[in-house]
Amino acid sequence: MAKYKNHILVCGGTGCRASQSEAIAANLQKAVDENNLGNDVQVVKTGCFGFCEKGPVIKMVPDNTFYVHVAPEDAEELVLEHLVKGRKVERLLYIDPETKAPVSDSRHMDFYKKQLRIALRNCGFIDPENIDEYIARDGYSALGTVLEKMSPEEAIKVVKDSGLRGRGGGGFPTGLKWELTYKSESDQKYVVCNADEGDPGAFMDRSILEGDPHSVLEAMAICGYCIGADTGLIYIRAEYPLAIKRLKIAIDQAREYGLLGKDIFGSGFDFDVSIRYGAGAFVCGEETALIHSMEGMRGEPTVKPPFPAQSGYKGKPTNVNNVETFANIPAIFLKGAEWFNKIGTEKSAGTKVFALAGKVNNVGLIEVPMGTTLREVIFDIGGGIKGGKKFKAVQTGGPSGGCLTENHLDLPIDYDTLLASGSMMGSGGMIVMDEDDCMVSVAKFYLDFTVEESCGKCTPCRVGNKRLYELLDKITLGKAEEGDLTLLRNLANVIKDTALCGLGQTSPNPVLSTMDNFPEEYEAHVKDGKCPAGQCRALMQYVIDQNLCVGCTLCSRVCPVDAISGEKKMPHFIDSSVCIKCGACMEKCKFGAISVQ
Amino acid sequence: MNLVKLTIDNKPVVVEQGTTILEAAKSIGIKIPSLCYMKMDDMNFENKPGGCRVCVVEVEGRRNLAPACKTECLEGMVVKTHTVRVINARRTVMELILSDHPAECLTCAKSGECELQDLAQNLGIREIHYTGEQSHYKGDRSPAIIREMDKCIMCRRCETACNEVQTVGVLSAVNRGFESVVAPAFEMDLDHSVCTYCGQCVAVCPTGALTERDYTWKVIEALVDPNKTVVVQTAPAVRAALGESFGMEPGTLVTGKMVAALRKLGFDYVFDTDFAADLTIMEEGTEFLDRLTRHLNGDKSVKLPILTSCCPGWVKFFEHQFPEMIDIPSTAKSPQQMFGAIAKSYFAKKLDKKREDLVVVSVMPCLAKKYECTREEFSVNGDADVNVSVTTRELAQLIRNANIDFASLTDEEFDQPLGESTGAGVIFGTTGGVIEAAVRSAYELHTGKHLEKVEFNELRGMEGSRKATVDFDGMKLNIGIAHGLGNARKLLEDVKSGKSDFHAIEIMACPGGCIGGGGQPYHHGNVDILKKRQRAIYEEDAGKPIRKSHENPFIQELYKEFLGKPLSDLSHELLHTHYFDRKKKVEIEE
Repeated sequence: MAKYKNHILVCGGTGCRASQSEAIAANLQKAVDENNLGNDVQVVKTGCFGFCEKGPVIKMVPDNTFYVHVAPEDAEELVLEHLVKGRKVERLLYIDPETKAPVSDSRHMDFYKKQLRIALRNCGFIDPENIDEYIARDGYSALGTVLEKMSPEEAIKVVKDSGLRGRGGGGFPTGLKWELTYKSESDQKYVVCNADEGDPGAFMDRSILEGDPHSVLEAMAICGYCIGADTGLIYIRAEYPLAIKRLKIAIDQAREYGLLGKDIFGSGFDFDVSIRYGAGAFVCGEETALIHSMEGMRGEPTVKPPFPAQSGYKGKPTNVNNVETFANIPAIFLKGAEWFNKIGTEKSAGTKVFALAGKVNNVGLIEVPMGTTLREVIFDIGGGIKGGKKFKAVQTGGPSGGCLTENHLDLPIDYDTLLASGSMMGSGGMIVMDEDDCMVSVAKFYLDFTVEESCGKCTPCRVGNKRLYELLDKITLGKAEEGDLTLLRNLANVIKDTALCGLGQTSPNPVLSTMDNFPEEYEAHVKDGKCPAGQCRALMQYVIDQNLCVGCTLCSRVCPVDAISGEKKMPHFIDSSVCIKCGACMEKCKFGAISVQ
Repeated sequence: MNLVKLTIDNKPVVVEQGTTILEAAKSIGIKIPSLCYMKMDDMNFENKPGGCRVCVVEVEGRRNLAPACKTECLEGMVVKTHTVRVINARRTVMELILSDHPAECLTCAKSGECELQDLAQNLGIREIHYTGEQSHYKGDRSPAIIREMDKCIMCRRCETACNEVQTVGVLSAVNRGFESVVAPAFEMDLDHSVCTYCGQCVAVCPTGALTERDYTWKVIEALVDPNKTVVVQTAPAVRAALGESFGMEPGTLVTGKMVAALRKLGFDYVFDTDFAADLTIMEEGTEFLDRLTRHLNGDKSVKLPILTSCCPGWVKFFEHQFPEMIDIPSTAKSPQQMFGAIAKSYFAKKLDKKREDLVVVSVMPCLAKKYECTREEFSVNGDADVNVSVTTRELAQLIRNANIDFASLTDEEFDQPLGESTGAGVIFGTTGGVIEAAVRSAYELHTGKHLEKVEFNELRGMEGSRKATVDFDGMKLNIGIAHGLGNARKLLEDVKSGKSDFHAIEIMACPGGCIGGGGQPYHHGNVDILKKRQRAIYEEDAGKPIRKSHENPFIQELYKEFLGKPLSDLSHELLHTHYFDRKKKVEIEE
């Protein structure tokens, strides 16, 4: 392998690619070649850096200079200035939001300082399309160690001792799951990787597969060895074309290197992986539904037991783990169960990847040790609330989770504390809301999603969630009646208590948690006909202050529905029965006479 | 077998491992309400998707409520079936189902027989607190089955019947969430699917989503038309089930009352499909013996086994699913169609009437018969041999409409000549009956000897697929029997692959045969009802003075006066048919 003095890492995640990072890489390469730096400088297209807010991003290695919002036209300057002349391109450096000063390199960026990257260890560092780069970072040596030196029981014990729990959301102990599948006797078993990531706004698994596909393949092979399976299947949604492409490349390369296939490392262990495509149904992330979908059946869950460990794909014992869970496995074997177990909290070991989104300054992909507080995530890593607004709530766990408030900000994040506070870990979506967000509307948004994604098999989810949505809709339209909140809560509780699968059982969480944490907001909608956040259009009233209005008629002229009347130079009036609440009048008024009530 | 001990509502109970809470509760007299759940032993029918969530119960230590139909009993389990939490959940779930169900009970075809209605009553639902949008789906009216999917509650029973039991594979859940519904692929009409119209979906549907196409009005119109002579034929299985519609014990034979009621309704001639069943034996039996003899003589062009062809659901099934084998089934028409053809030729001639002046009505336990009589090959110049086919249920409706107190009717006899039948004709109504009837006659015709014992117990029973060897005076005849199309498929696959050595196979589409037909009074999942109907059929057979088809004097007269002999040219013209390759072909438009 050639040795380079400098590397230019260009983010090749889906987000940055959408902002022309491919062209940036091409232009950088061109500039490198033109300046005859080809032997010293390598341009590498990596997986996601995580700092999507500032994309496209590139990083200069070894000095870790971090350039943000890079455009293809910047390539030549970057090569000439940074590499040839040794001067940083100041205008492309990251500006610290607090100090307003440019930050020299990624190690000094708050966004990265509190992160600990295990699952994402290679994302943004290596070229995911080159197996040698993975191997250079100890890739496949965990598999080698396991195959050569460990019995399946010993290897399972390592996973159990590590304390790793399922990162897909449920938090089931991974080692125990492996052990159960190991103990199921069968002529054929399967390892399944659940890559059916579907939470709104979540892209943890996609980023891992795009940035470090081999870590998942290696872990699946280790799992196959442990449970006694020679076949691995990756169930991935077809809307992840880049992840699929990189997985395919990775599988081909691993086969070529003998790391997948027959007699791996001469151990006599055979293992190969193939890809199964999902059509993008949220419920297919539920493991029994996922298995049915892979079998070519309708993607519907079935009642457990039997668990997949007993009867899964084609009726055979099947171990289903999520992408992020797998991505942790090689690191655990490389550094030891004890090392992993010491990270995080007592019952939730290791780290968790979150897709931080919403009204936060630093939107992106982050990985933090379990036990990190929400405050640290939102304010330190996330850089606080956008536009200096007030923090109101954070939704974790996607449509299955709940909204947590300011009171929960200092809670250490782990499976159990989140559950105890009425939310859940989920797969790692984290959406931050500010004072402008209406919590009833937020609950409605999630229910809208659940209604769309319900498979329709059980009554509580099929009809119950629809009715839940309709009740919320009624509330946001100001049509709710006395007693509707009682009905809402009863229905939410019954759905939780009676739905067939995890999707239905958790779908009322956004409703219940917002009702618990923001009761006054619900009551304001129902009893006072007001939306405190000013989001519910039906509950808004545009009013002209009679003292401030000078009768300039500007408002009445812009009103698209002629809802404003009044004599020239006399105060005007808005007929609220005609008003469509478009806000055009308020925007036009030069005297601040129009307000929303 | 391991036993587990648990308590349900504080009552201790010991059950075998693998028993569900629902079954365990039932064994100690606790009836947990359920809706989607349906299980019929012997019929390979088990529908427990755990979807309706009506049967939820509280299990100590469990986070959420458990579906009793789907949850296995575990040692030490403490189950509560009627706590406040459970009752509230159950009622709320029921209200949710009702909130998406048209409140059309007064005019619904299923009213009075509707399991949803009963359940709402049992749970004491007096108000639906949760209201909102209701689902609407396009209606589907095939000649046999009406689908009103607005009334579907997604219990999936029809899907289980269509896929697991019948392996027809027409019905499955489509769409997602609130829009999900059971339908043929792409929500096409049944007419455009490979549906056999066996009606087993209708037989298990708890609501009015799936019902028969009602032709009672057509019958009433025919009966009041002074220019028409209206002739009715009744299938053997009808008399063993019709009484249920009037509150009688399942298995009560009501042959005489049925005849009396039909006469009161105004039919000009009350005849019996059993007569045509005897005729079928003559034709099919002769065809079988002919094929068998040629086969034994080394004629390689003859194919065995011969398959019965009385059942229109089965006929459509093999036309769709096994078109490469359409030369194996007997070419004999079904008794319904033989009757129609004879009524509109032989009998019309006797009356000195034109065939168009006759209206032939059939009363069948079957929905596929409605379709069968619309098949083009069964009409002459647009005049169908059988004009209208109604089900046992529709006949009950007609009887009620005519204000007849069915239970108090005095028994009456069928008219002649097409009303005389033998015990062999009667047993056509149950699985194993057609082949037993055929064997009774074929034995005597083949061996020339008198058959002492007419009961062939080896051919009787309820197992889905049966094999028996019958001794034909030294020659061993291998007989196969299947009821339920899934069982038929297995048998046929074996024939196709050359694995089986049957000489003859009887197939009936419905579990139990015609007694379990899609047009019978609803059994609501109770297999005992089918068994009682079967006993009634054999009882009727045992009581008949003549029990072999070829000994039916009116059949003998029919051949002497009209047809000549079995498989004669006229027999071929009137009593035999041909089959079509209906394999679905995917056509890709360029």
